[in-house]
Amino acid sequence: MADIRLEGVSHSYDGGRTWALKPMTWTWRSNRAYALLGPSGCGKTTLLNIISGLISPTTGRIWLGDREVTSVPTAGRNIAQVFQFPVLYEQMSVYDNLAFPLRNRGYPRAEVDRRVRTVSQLLGLDGHLGRRSRRLDPGRQQIVCLGRGLVRPDVAAVLLDEPLTVIDPALKWTLRSKLKEIHRDTGHTLVYVTHDQTEALTFADEVVVLKDGEIVQAGEPTELFLAPAHEFVGHFIGSPGMNVVPAEITGGVVRVGGAVVGRAAGDGGDLPPGPVRIGVRPEFVRIVPGRDAPGWGGPETDTAGRDAPGWDGPGRDAGARAAPGLQARITGVDRMGSYHLVHARVDGHTLVSKTGPGSRHEPGAVAFFRFDPGRAFLFRDEVRCGSLAPLGGSLEQPLEGPLEGARGRSPEGRQGA
Amino acid sequence: MTGKGAEELAPAGATVAGGQVAGEILTGDVLAGAAREAPGEQDASRADSRTKNNRAWFLVLPVVVSVAFTAVIPLMTVVNFSVQDIFSPTDRIFVGLDWFRSVTRDPEIRAALLRTLLFSAQVLLLEIPLGVALAVSMPRRGAGVSVALVLVALPLLIPWNVVGTIWQIFARGDIGLGGWTINNVLGVNFNYTLDSTDAWITVLLMDVWHWTPLVALLAYAGLRSIPEPYFQAAQIDGASAWATFRHIQLPRLRGVLTIAILLRFMDSFMIYTEPFVVTGGGPGNATSFLSILLSKIAVGQFDLGPAGAFSLLYFLIVQIVSYVFFTVLTRTGR
Repeated sequence: MADIRLEGVSHSYDGGRTWALKPMTWTWRSNRAYALLGPSGCGKTTLLNIISGLISPTTGRIWLGDREVTSVPTAGRNIAQVFQFPVLYEQMSVYDNLAFPLRNRGYPRAEVDRRVRTVSQLLGLDGHLGRRSRRLDPGRQQIVCLGRGLVRPDVAAVLLDEPLTVIDPALKWTLRSKLKEIHRDTGHTLVYVTHDQTEALTFADEVVVLKDGEIVQAGEPTELFLAPAHEFVGHFIGSPGMNVVPAEITGGVVRVGGAVVGRAAGDGGDLPPGPVRIGVRPEFVRIVPGRDAPGWGGPETDTAGRDAPGWDGPGRDAGARAAPGLQARITGVDRMGSYHLVHARVDGHTLVSKTGPGSRHEPGAVAFFRFDPGRAFLFRDEVRCGSLAPLGGSLEQPLEGPLEGARGRSPEGRQGA
Repeated sequence: MTGKGAEELAPAGATVAGGQVAGEILTGDVLAGAAREAPGEQDASRADSRTKNNRAWFLVLPVVVSVAFTAVIPLMTVVNFSVQDIFSPTDRIFVGLDWFRSVTRDPEIRAALLRTLLFSAQVLLLEIPLGVALAVSMPRRGAGVSVALVLVALPLLIPWNVVGTIWQIFARGDIGLGGWTINNVLGVNFNYTLDSTDAWITVLLMDVWHWTPLVALLAYAGLRSIPEPYFQAAQIDGASAWATFRHIQLPRLRGVLTIAILLRFMDSFMIYTEPFVVTGGGPGNATSFLSILLSKIAVGQFDLGPAGAFSLLYFLIVQIVSYVFFTVLTRTGR
């Protein structure tokens, strides 16, 4: 077991004109389960192939523990890799498939047998050892592929390149929990490439989000959900993705089309004035009853008021009255079962709020949309530069309540997606 | 309930069979579903009247007509010849299967059959491994790919009788580069016009030179279709080049090699033009293959009856051997 360290590793397939992977320095710590998440073509597979040595990086160095392996061929690294589709020696039996990597390395017969049987027991393949591998179902075939990686005694890391793509959805759950179980039992470092956020978030200790060949954020699943460091992370993780509303900073205050929404709190000091984009998850957008709006009242008050109990939680009303938020016209409501998605337009941009299933917002109505403090962030050039703070003391602390509620809800929302 | 349904279904054999097949693949539900449909099919007479409308068969007519003109009618002409003794267009006698009997007992034809089978076997043994080896050693990517493809494909572009002419001259001891080199540089006495072994070797080498590229191209196409991860997995598993070939490339070439073996068997078993140009079947009968003998009987001696019977048997042998090859190759390793 050793950390895998990448030092300024980058890769270009066309001699430096475009970079599939921009220079990155990153350590895969041993015994952890990583999910490598990103859209198609962002360099996930390239990164994986660099780690396993199938391609050598254009620049940079790779360390396995304290041994440099940059120029060590694949066979010499202790890396196992599972591919998108089952890659089997099809005419061989399952037993021979599992024994193949050991036989190639010249292990004695008894040792091969012992190891194959240990792994087959671990993976639940005991009953299938004598079968021809191509006759297994795709799920089991992938397990055999995984077994070929695990059977070697010196494996430092197992890389999985979207291993469940070809697997039947019903089986995916079983396989994923099997993987988790194996990770728990063997303690191998796992790097799991996927473009499916559910897979990534349920599986990993740490999620690494890759975009255009760069790591844009890495952290625990909750961290990525609650505090995206890049607009892309906000879009990619969570369902629906983060709202992005263009705004303007003037004199330390953030305005959306003239309306003040809060104070700009820069991550590293004060933010200079200029355009900025507010990113806020639908889970943290509250709809405030229209009665707080000047010139509004009547029927809206009733309908909007009814969604408060049990969902938006205590403290919402208190905050709402203090700061009405952004005025927006509701354009549609998606009833998703366990939650509703309220779509609205503000200053020409769409804003989505995730509300409880009991909310009764009607399209065409005008309401106030307010962002939970500490959960709305400011982005410049897609990168987070600060957060949206409440206007000078007008909002206090009572918002811990809804925030906790939102946190508890979020996994459910993701699974439903 | 289900059992009763199945009993009702029993006369409609096809439905029951379908249900069983589906039941094996899916679940018992399908079978139960089929059984539940049974009452709807109780009205057997109506079902029968529906199946009696066979006009859809007319849609097959174009195929029947074209096959008739391309295969059946020419073949029937040969069948017609094979059962008659024809003296002149107006003077012919029906002889039944006499020609078939005499053809199968003719020692010259038997010898030619053995000779042709031996030739085909040698062609396959040489060309298939050589073609695969050539394909494996051809580059997989880069500028070398097109160069290699053109070089390998070149012999295939040469017409048969030109190939024959090339080799007829090439192998000559006096003026041919190959023959002269063997005689004067290697010091081996080589003369394909006098020595039957030399003639055999010349024809065999010529076929290998001409047709190994076909096997190589087929195998190369097969190799190219193997997804990259298979090779990557082999690297990760520490497989040697031989193990990669043995366990990844060769198994995945089964399909194209089946085609290659069939094509090369049929072609070599029916080889005519090249040996006819090079040796004319000689010296003696050394390279007198079935096709050469057949054309001698049919065109040279104009014995239409024996030639017809011979042709039909020839055709039958090609069919049977090809069928056996195909069946064996597609069934094994499953």
